[in-house]
Amino acid sequence: MAANPPAEQVQPERPGRSGSAVRVVAAGVPLRQRFSDLVANRELLGALIRSEIKVKYKNSALGVAWTMVAPAIQLAIYGVVFGIVFKNGIPDYLIYIASGLLVWSFFSTSLLAGTGVIVGRAGIVKKVSFPREILAIATVGSQSIYLFLQWFVLALFMVVLGHVPDWSAMPLIVAGFATVLLWATALSILFSAINVYFRDTQHLMEIFVQIWFWMTPIVYSFQAQVHERVVGTANEWLSWIYLCNPITPVVLAFQRAIYGQVDVTNTTSHLPYQVLPSWPLLSFYELLGVVFLVGVVLMGFAIRVFSRLEGNFAEEL
Amino acid sequence: METGSVVVDQVSKRFRLYRDKHRSVKERVLHPGRLDFHELWALSGVNFVVEPGSTVGILGHNGSGKSTLLKTICGVLQPTSGEVRVRGKLAGLLELGAGFEPELSGRDNIYLNGTMLGLKRHEIDAVFDEIVAFSELEQFIDTQVKFYSSGMYIRLGFAVAVNVDPEILVIDEVLAVGDERFQRKCMDRIKKFQADGRTIIFVSQSPEQVRAICNEVVVLHHGEMIYHGEPSEGIRLFRERLNETDGGPVGAAVSGDTKNHDVMANQSLRLGEVRAGAPGSGSAVATHGGAEVTLSVETDIRIEELIASIELVSPMGVTLARFSSHDLGQPLSLEPGATTIVFTIDSVPFLDGRHQINVGLSTPGEGGPFVWLEQAAILEMTYAGKAEGLVDLAATVRIA
Repeated sequence: MAANPPAEQVQPERPGRSGSAVRVVAAGVPLRQRFSDLVANRELLGALIRSEIKVKYKNSALGVAWTMVAPAIQLAIYGVVFGIVFKNGIPDYLIYIASGLLVWSFFSTSLLAGTGVIVGRAGIVKKVSFPREILAIATVGSQSIYLFLQWFVLALFMVVLGHVPDWSAMPLIVAGFATVLLWATALSILFSAINVYFRDTQHLMEIFVQIWFWMTPIVYSFQAQVHERVVGTANEWLSWIYLCNPITPVVLAFQRAIYGQVDVTNTTSHLPYQVLPSWPLLSFYELLGVVFLVGVVLMGFAIRVFSRLEGNFAEEL
Repeated sequence: METGSVVVDQVSKRFRLYRDKHRSVKERVLHPGRLDFHELWALSGVNFVVEPGSTVGILGHNGSGKSTLLKTICGVLQPTSGEVRVRGKLAGLLELGAGFEPELSGRDNIYLNGTMLGLKRHEIDAVFDEIVAFSELEQFIDTQVKFYSSGMYIRLGFAVAVNVDPEILVIDEVLAVGDERFQRKCMDRIKKFQADGRTIIFVSQSPEQVRAICNEVVVLHHGEMIYHGEPSEGIRLFRERLNETDGGPVGAAVSGDTKNHDVMANQSLRLGEVRAGAPGSGSAVATHGGAEVTLSVETDIRIEELIASIELVSPMGVTLARFSSHDLGQPLSLEPGATTIVFTIDSVPFLDGRHQINVGLSTPGEGGPFVWLEQAAILEMTYAGKAEGLVDLAATVRIA
C-alpha cells in the first residue's frame, strides 16, 4: 500500500487528534526526528520525574528530607577532616566545600542513577514505546530538583553565618548549571544504553566517580593546592590537565559565585591566601563555554549511540 | 494512509543468540573477538496491511515470531530492516499487561501509563473513574502495584488500554489471564471497539478466540508470513503447521506395537496404524463434513466377533463420544492376516480443536484378547462459523 500524502492531511472524521501523524518504527531514526520526539514527550518527562521522586521516598518517614542527609554528612566529614584535622586554612571552609560539593553530588548521582535507569525500569521499557532517553533525562531532572532544595538550604545556612556571595558573579551559576546539566544528561543517556549490554558499566561507574571526585578541586583549592604549586615549573601542564576535567570549570564557577572570595586570610598561618583563581569573570564564562560546546557534541554522540542500541532493549532486558 | 491503519512493510528482525556468555567487560577482554553467536531471524520479510476498522488475528506456534511482530508494531522493538507505519493512536497490551511501575500505586500508574500513551493530564482525569470502574480495583487503587495479583495487574492494564481512546488496540494473549467473567467483559469491550470501527490486532494461542472476533488472520511460521486472509483457512493452516512442529503429521500413525506395549496383552491380536481425518481425501484436518478413523489390525487366528471401539476426547479432556462396533450393531469378524477397519462419522459437529482418539479392540466374554491404545490418533477440527463452545448445533434464528 503506497501512502498518499495529500490524502493523509485531510482526515475529516477525527480532526485534531494527536495520533493522526504516521509513526514509523524502523531501524535508525534520524537525529532531528529523535529531538522532536523528545520535545513532543515533555509531558511524559514531568510525569516520570514526579514518579521517580515518589518512588524513591515512598514509605519513608523523612521523605525528600533524606536528600539533605547525605550531603550534610559528607560536608560534616570533610569539614572535620580537612578543616580541623588537616587545618586547611580556608575561612568559612564549610561554605567553600558546599559550593562545589552540592553540584558535584548532583553530577555524580545523576551519572550513577542514570546509568542504571534503563535496566532498572525494564518493566516499562519492555512494554511501552516512547523515546527511552527520557528515562535518563528524568533521572537527571529529579536530581536537579534535589539540588535546588539543597541550594535553598545552603542559602539559609549562608544567611545564618552571614557569608555574602559575589553577587556580580551570580550569572555564573546559571551558566555552570546549564553546562553540568548538559554533561550529566549526555553521559547518563550514553551509559544507560551501554549498561543494558554490559552490566559491569554500573559498577565501573561507581569506581570511576570516586576517582573523578578527588580529581576535582572540591575539598581542596585548585588555585592554592594545584595551580600555585606547578606554575612556573616543568609541571605546569598539570594545571591544564586539571582544567580538561569538564567538571573543574563548573566547580570553579560555583565556588567563584557562591563562596565568592578570591583572596582571604589563612586561618592557621594568618597570611594572605589565594583560594580561587584571580581570573576576570569573563575567563570563567569562556571556560564554561568551551565545556558546554564539547557537551553539545557529546550529547549528539550519546543520542546516536543510544538510538543504535535502543532497538534491542526489549530483548536484552 | 488512513487513520487507524497499520502497514507492516518488509519487516525483518534478527536476533543474535550468544552461545557462551562472555559478555561482561572482563570476559570480553579475556576473550577478544570470540563472541560466539548464531543468528536467528525472528521475522523475515513480513508484509501486510491492516485496514482501519478491521480485526486481525495473528496466529503462530511458539517461536513463530508473533510477539516480536507485535512488539515492532507497538514500537518497543525496532526491526532490523523494513518498517512499520502506524497512523493513529495505538495502545498495546504486550504479554502480561502494560508497563507499570511496581512501587507506584494503581492511581499513579494510571496517570503515568496514560501519559506514555500520549494523554494530557486533564484527559486522564476525565477517564480516570471509568478506568477504575472497569478494572474493578476501587479498593486497591491506592495500593502499590507490586502487591497486585496477576489478575488485578492485567485488569488494570486492559482498563487503561481500552479507556485511553486508542484508534488501534494491540492485545497479546492477555485474555488468557483473569477470571472468566472479566474475560467476557474484555471480549464485550473488544466487540464494542469493532462496532466503533476501530482497528484491533489480536494475538492468541486459541484459534477459538481468533475465530470468534477476527475478520482476518495472519499466520506466522518460523518468522515468515505464510497466510493473510480469511480466518477459517488461516486457522486450518495454523493447525497443520502446529502439528508439523509437534513432530508428526495430523492423524499421525501411532503404532500400537511400539507405543503402549504393555497393554498389548494378547499377541494374537495386534493393532497397527490408526489414522483420523477427513473421509477419503487423506487430509489431516476434518471439517463438519465428516471424518474417518482407520484402524489397521492384524491377527494370527480367526476371530468370530471383534469389538472395535473408539473414544473421542476434547482438548479439555472431556469424553465427547464413545462407541464400538457392538454399539453400532455391526459385528466384525476377522480372518487371519491384516485387516483395515474404518469408522465413518457422517457429521462431526465439534468446533475447533485437537481431539484425541483412543482406540480399543476386544472380543465378547471374558479372557479374550484385549487391546487399548490411548492417543492413538488426533482428530483435528476446523470450524468456519462464529459460534463458541464445544458443539455446532446447526441452529438458525428467525422472527416468528
